[in-house]
Amino acid sequence: MKAKRGREVLTGEHFWQGDYACAEGAIAAGCRFFAGYPITPATEIAETMARRLPEVGGVYVQMEDELGSMAAVIGASYAGLKAMTATSGPGFSLMQENIGLAAMTETPCVVVDIMRGGPSTGQPTKPGQQDVMQAKWGSHGDYEIIALTPSSVQEMFDLTVEAFNLSEIYRVPVFVMADEVVAHMWERVTIPSQDKIQIATREKPKASPGEYAPFQPNKNLVPPMANFGEGYHFYATGLTHDETGHPQTSSAEAQQKLVHRLCDKIRKNAGKIIRVQKTLLDDADVAVVAYGITSRAALSAVRDARREGINAGLLRLITLWPFPETHVSELAKQADAILVPEMNYGQLVREVERAAKATEVTLLSKLGEDPHKPTEILDAIRRTHR
Amino acid sequence: MSEELVHPLEGFLRKEMIPHIWCEGCGNGIILNSYVRALDELDLNLDKVVTVSGIGCIGRLSGYTNTDSFHTTHGRAIAFATGVKLANPELKVVVISGDGDLFAIGGNHFIHAARRNVDLQVICANNFNYGMTGGQYGPTTPREAWTTTTPYGNIEHPFNLVHLAAASGAVYVARWTTIHVRRLKEAIKKALQKDGFSFIEVVTPCPEIFGRYNKMRTGLDMMNWFRRVSEIRNHSDPAKAEITPERIVLGEFVDEEKPTYGQLLRNMISKVQEKQ
Amino acid sequence: MSVRLWRKPLDADKIQVPRGEVHIIADRCKGCRLCIEFCPKDVLEESDELNKRGVHPPKVKSDATCILCGFCEAICPDFAIYTTEKPREEGG
Repeated sequence: MKAKRGREVLTGEHFWQGDYACAEGAIAAGCRFFAGYPITPATEIAETMARRLPEVGGVYVQMEDELGSMAAVIGASYAGLKAMTATSGPGFSLMQENIGLAAMTETPCVVVDIMRGGPSTGQPTKPGQQDVMQAKWGSHGDYEIIALTPSSVQEMFDLTVEAFNLSEIYRVPVFVMADEVVAHMWERVTIPSQDKIQIATREKPKASPGEYAPFQPNKNLVPPMANFGEGYHFYATGLTHDETGHPQTSSAEAQQKLVHRLCDKIRKNAGKIIRVQKTLLDDADVAVVAYGITSRAALSAVRDARREGINAGLLRLITLWPFPETHVSELAKQADAILVPEMNYGQLVREVERAAKATEVTLLSKLGEDPHKPTEILDAIRRTHR
Repeated sequence: MSEELVHPLEGFLRKEMIPHIWCEGCGNGIILNSYVRALDELDLNLDKVVTVSGIGCIGRLSGYTNTDSFHTTHGRAIAFATGVKLANPELKVVVISGDGDLFAIGGNHFIHAARRNVDLQVICANNFNYGMTGGQYGPTTPREAWTTTTPYGNIEHPFNLVHLAAASGAVYVARWTTIHVRRLKEAIKKALQKDGFSFIEVVTPCPEIFGRYNKMRTGLDMMNWFRRVSEIRNHSDPAKAEITPERIVLGEFVDEEKPTYGQLLRNMISKVQEKQ
Repeated sequence: MSVRLWRKPLDADKIQVPRGEVHIIADRCKGCRLCIEFCPKDVLEESDELNKRGVHPPKVKSDATCILCGFCEAICPDFAIYTTEKPREEGG
């Protein structure tokens, strides 16, 4: 297509809702394939992609359901395009089997889950953070994924770009887990010029077609990836397989080797993947561990607490999975108490408890309404401090 | 054997995977044979062919063909193939899967891909049951057939697959059995050269399981049954072509032209880009 | 239903029926007998040998006249049989 191309990166200042920023982040990262199904509150991502992808020569296809959407995303990625889908809880559940296929076949792809109240149909227009465990454990079997949680519209752009980069580097599905508030609120977004945006693309094989083994890892435990149509005639399957891709359904050794590598490529590289933001933590007695929109209220509460003389601090999780356990366990050695506000009935708090060991961890749960108010978190900080 | 015998189609097979897992007399091997024979006679660039299969005995086929191949989750082969074809329209994407994979769990993806007229070639190995899991009934199991989950006889009406495909919008619909090897190969060649959603139903024996449960103990018995009851009627009405124990209507049912999803998509993208 | 030819085709003596040679990759055979049963010239029969699978692969009968129709090659599910053209002798 030699026609004049639409702008791929909308450099400049904008006033957008989170979903728009997410879609623009994807396009800026090089995403040229979106397969999805409308679902509140992620529909705006699909609508933006339907409008913008043809402008940049990309493909938007609205599949008949979320199962087909995830399958099409894997197909497009294997055919060489950066591919994504966007959904919410009920669609996320439908996608899980093929998320497992993506993990097993080491398919680079991005799945955005705009979290709403669940379970089941739940409260489609109300925020939640009820899918955070599902991002890690949603599909059957042992596998590792990467999940990022934006807490602002700017991060909806930035972290979507990062999600694509991580998915290409580690050949793994990467999730952008945003609550409905971050997805639907309107804020300023600054988009830099295209040359300032770092993009990563999957490593291509150096081996010739005769020698290429599609799942032979490099030193980072990630196999270089050939695309369909490049002459490699390779085979990929969801069955347990060896480096050549051929099924090994009876070998215990093959199962161990593959499962270990699929998990280790994330676990052993966790130090390079994990990002957190620390505020006022150096001398904190009460630490708040929060993510998403909750972290914005928590920041306000922590500052107010400091004004009252309480040594409070905030550990904001940008990466949810792999879970930043080292950061939490270090924090637990120094703080007397850890507070975890979440818009669910206790999910990530379990990971915090696990990493914090003996240090007291308290859940501050909020369901069904607006996000936590700073005063609610401040009250909890005061109570914990006493 | 004193000298090394090399089958003429050896280059189309993944040597490390042969012999395949299919039972003696199973028609899946004949479908594989017809498929690679069609690829050979068309002299297609094998680098640009992608073979996609789902779950089931026939699902192992992609593992035996020396092309870029992918073995998907159950029922999702067509959705996966849609992603591949739309992402790279230069690729020839062939889906070869079973009656359960394409029409039970995968039914929704089949009808929508046909409706959209995505340029895919879909070959269905219809052996009337779920063979891989030991012979349960599926959407094409004949009435009163014995399967492990219909121990009192199947009470469900089966699909008429060619009717379903035609009604969903496929531009090429044909049905052959594994004994009609030449016509099957010609149909595959025609489908590969035709733009749009092509569907070929291949009625195939499952001797170890479906056949054995239903008084056709060997592949030969089932193939003789095909030979006895097949009627070739090209261009007949697919709605009247249900398979019964007394009659299997074969031939081409639909052969028409319609813009494909890919063509319409690319036209739309060109128009949008011109306005930028 | 047999066809009664009411005249001999004018180029009947120019038609040469091809002669084929059958090659059997014995260890691939699974003994389905499709080639034996469906050969139009009844060229094949079950051999007495056993291959690696404990199956009797087919063998070409001593008085066989394979006409290179290629059906066995096309119907074999296991890529265990194929035919090549026998070089034509003069006046054959």
